[in-house]
Amino acid sequence: MSKHVLSILVEDKPGLLTRVAGLFARRSFNIESLAVGTSEIEGLSRITAVVSVDGAPMEQVTKQINKLINVIKVVELDPEAVQRDHMLIKVKTDATTRSQVLEAVTLFRARVIDVVSDAVIIEITGDSSKCAAFIKILEPFGIKEMVQSGILAMGRGSKSITEKVSK
Amino acid sequence: MSKEVLTGAQAIIRSLELLGVDTIFGLPGGAILPTYDPLMDSKKIRHILVRHEQGAGHAAEGYASASGRLGVCLATSGPGATNLVTAIADAHMDSVPLLAITGQVGSHLIGTDAFQEADIVGITMPITKHSFLVTNANDIPEVIASAVLIATTGRPGPVLVDITKDAQNQKFDFVWPPKLDLPGYKPVTKPHGKQVQAAAQMIAAAKKPIFYVGGGIIRSGASKELLELAELVGAPLITTLMARGAFPDSHKQNLGMPGMHGTVPAVIGLQRSDLLITLGARFDDRVTGDVKSFAPEAKVVHVDIDPAEIGKIRHADVPIVGDLKEVIPELTAELKKIYATKKQDISEWWKTVNTMVEKYPLGHDEPEDGKLSPQAVIKRIGEISGPEAIYAAGVGQHQMWSAQFIKYERPNAWLNSGGAGTMGYAVPAAMGAKVAQPERLVWAIDGDGCFQMTNQELVTCAINNIPIKVAVINNSSLGMVRQWQTMFYNKRYSNTDLHTGSDSLMLPDFVKLAEAYGCLGIRVEKEEEIDAAIKLAIETNDRPVVIDFIVSRDAMVWPMVAAGVSNDEVMYARDAAPVWDGRE
Repeated sequence: MSKHVLSILVEDKPGLLTRVAGLFARRSFNIESLAVGTSEIEGLSRITAVVSVDGAPMEQVTKQINKLINVIKVVELDPEAVQRDHMLIKVKTDATTRSQVLEAVTLFRARVIDVVSDAVIIEITGDSSKCAAFIKILEPFGIKEMVQSGILAMGRGSKSITEKVSK
Repeated sequence: MSKEVLTGAQAIIRSLELLGVDTIFGLPGGAILPTYDPLMDSKKIRHILVRHEQGAGHAAEGYASASGRLGVCLATSGPGATNLVTAIADAHMDSVPLLAITGQVGSHLIGTDAFQEADIVGITMPITKHSFLVTNANDIPEVIASAVLIATTGRPGPVLVDITKDAQNQKFDFVWPPKLDLPGYKPVTKPHGKQVQAAAQMIAAAKKPIFYVGGGIIRSGASKELLELAELVGAPLITTLMARGAFPDSHKQNLGMPGMHGTVPAVIGLQRSDLLITLGARFDDRVTGDVKSFAPEAKVVHVDIDPAEIGKIRHADVPIVGDLKEVIPELTAELKKIYATKKQDISEWWKTVNTMVEKYPLGHDEPEDGKLSPQAVIKRIGEISGPEAIYAAGVGQHQMWSAQFIKYERPNAWLNSGGAGTMGYAVPAAMGAKVAQPERLVWAIDGDGCFQMTNQELVTCAINNIPIKVAVINNSSLGMVRQWQTMFYNKRYSNTDLHTGSDSLMLPDFVKLAEAYGCLGIRVEKEEEIDAAIKLAIETNDRPVVIDFIVSRDAMVWPMVAAGVSNDEVMYARDAAPVWDGRE
C-alpha cells in the first residue's frame, strides 16, 4: 500500500462530492481522508484526498477522476508538500491530571478551547504523525471524543494549482 | 440569437430539434406529461411509443449504433426512469452516444418520497458519462446542448438529464444558442506527434506485429483510415466482438474475433505476437483471458481517446491519446516515411499465422438429435442477407455464433451488447436500427431466453411500420449457461430449461406469439426449410417477421478459452486443443 495526496479542483456543483466519492468506491480505490472547501476562485472547490493504492497504479486513479466532467484539474502533491490535519479532542481531566494535560498541550503547541471541571477540549493542528503522537500522550487520561478534518495539503513555493485556471 | 417565451417543456423539444434530433423512443407518465404535449406538435421529431422503457433505451442504442448518431430516449420519473437503467448501463459499457431524458417530481417534492419519485441522477451516476438535474427552466437549453455535446464527443457515452415537472411548466425567455460552460471537459483528439513517431518506429521494427482492433474504430468512424494503415503495414489483424465489421472479414489480413470464443488464429496470433497495435480496444477480460499470460512477448502501442483506458489493464509501451480518425492518418504518414528506406520482412510471421488459419478454420459439428444446427441457420441468414444488412444479437450462444458465422464487411452492421451482456438487447436495438436506417434489412438474431425479455416491442414495430426480422435461435434453454453447466458443472442443468422447444411444453409458442403481436410467424424445424423461411422474411415488409428456428440444444460455442485461464489453453473443440509451436 502506498499513500498519495491529491489536490482536486472541481466545479462547485450539486452532487459533486458523491461523484468523486462514488468513483473511488466503484473503482476500489481506498480513501484515507477527504477534505472539501471553497478555493480562492469563485465557483470552484478544492478537494484534498489521501488515497492508498494497492495494485492499481496511481495514474489510473487520477485518470479516472479527471474523466469526471466537473473536475477541472487533479494534481498529485509530492510528499514534501505542506500537510495539515486539524483535530478537536475532548479529554477527561480532574484536579490532579489537568496540569499534566496542559503540559502536553504546551509541548505540542496545541490549544485548549473549552474547560469544564472534569474535561477540556483541545485543538491541534499538524501533520498526521504529530497528531498521532499527541493522541498517544492523551490516551491514558481518557479521550471522551475526538473529531478531525481530514488532511489539507498545499504544494510549497509560489506556484499554485489554480494557475491557468480561470472561471 | 433567437429569443422567445417558451415553457420548459417546449424548450426541451425545441432544443432537441435545433440539435438535429429526429427520433425519440419513449413512454409518457405523470412527471414528463408537460413535455409530451409540445412533442405532439413537433414536425421534426418522430416519437415512437414503446411498451417498456427498457425497450426505449435499447432502441435508442440501436439507432445510435446503426447510424453513428445520437440516440434519444424519454421516460417519466420513478419506475419509468429506473426501467431505463439497464439500457443506460449497456450504453456506458459499449460507449454508445445516448441521451436519456427523464421527468422528475416537482422540485419542492424532491426528497419527500413523493409518488413516483426516484433519485435517478444518483442511481445512474456510476453508469453515465455525466448527468444533470434541472430544476429551473432557464437552464434547459444549456443543459440539453451540453448533454448532447458530452454524449457524442470524446469517448461517447450515455448522459442523463432529469427535469422536474415545475421546470417543464415554467415559462422563460428561450435563448438559442446557449452558452456552454464545461471547463472540465476537453477531450483530446489530436495525438502527440512524438508519440506517433515512436509508434511508427515500433511498428516498423516489429517482426510479429498484429493489429488489435476494438470498437473505438467504429465509434470514431475510422474504418477507411484503418484499411489504409493495415494494408500499408501488411500485418495480421483481429477484430474484437465490438469491432466486427470495422475491417472487412473478406480481407485476408483479418483473422476474425479474438477472446473467449475467438478464432484459433486470432487468439494464438495475439499470444505469439511481438507487438500489439491496439486501436480503440480496452483489453477486456473476455479478450485477454488471464492477463498475466496474455501476449507475453508483445510490446504494446495503445491508441485510445480515453486516457484512462491506456495502462488500465496492460502497460502501454507507446501510449497515444487521440481520436483514431486523426491518429491513424498521422501514423500512416509516419510509416510511409520510414518504409521509403526500410521495411521489416514479416513473411515468417505470416507463415506461422497462415498455418493456423489453414489448420483451424471456424467450423461446427452437425447435431445428433436431428434438430437444426444453430450455426448453420445463422450462417445462412448472413449469406442470404448480405453485408449491407444490419444484425442485432442478444446475448449468449447465438450472439457468439452471429459474431463468428456472419461475415461483416462494413462498420455499424453488427450491433450487440458486448460489455454489459444484456439479454433482451436484440429486438429493441433492431427496432431502433431500422428506424435509423429504414432502407436496410434489419435482423434481430435472438435466443429463446433473450427474446422473452423484450419481445413486447414487436407491437411497437407492428404499429409503427418498422418491419424488422427476428430469428429466434430456439434451443429451449438458456444456452450459454447450459454450455457452462455441461462443461463445468457435470451436466447438472440447474434452471436452464425454458420449455420453448418442439418436444417440450412449448410455452410460449413463438409463432402464436408473433401472430398475436401482429407479426408474421414462421416455424422452421427442417434444414430444407431454412432458406425459404429466410427469403419469405426478407420479402415480407408489411409487418415484422418472427422465425422460430428449432435448433439443437447440445450445440456448443467453439473455440473456447475458459474464464480466467490463459489464452494458451484455447480449445478448438471439446477435448481438442490446437497444436501450435510444436506444443500440445
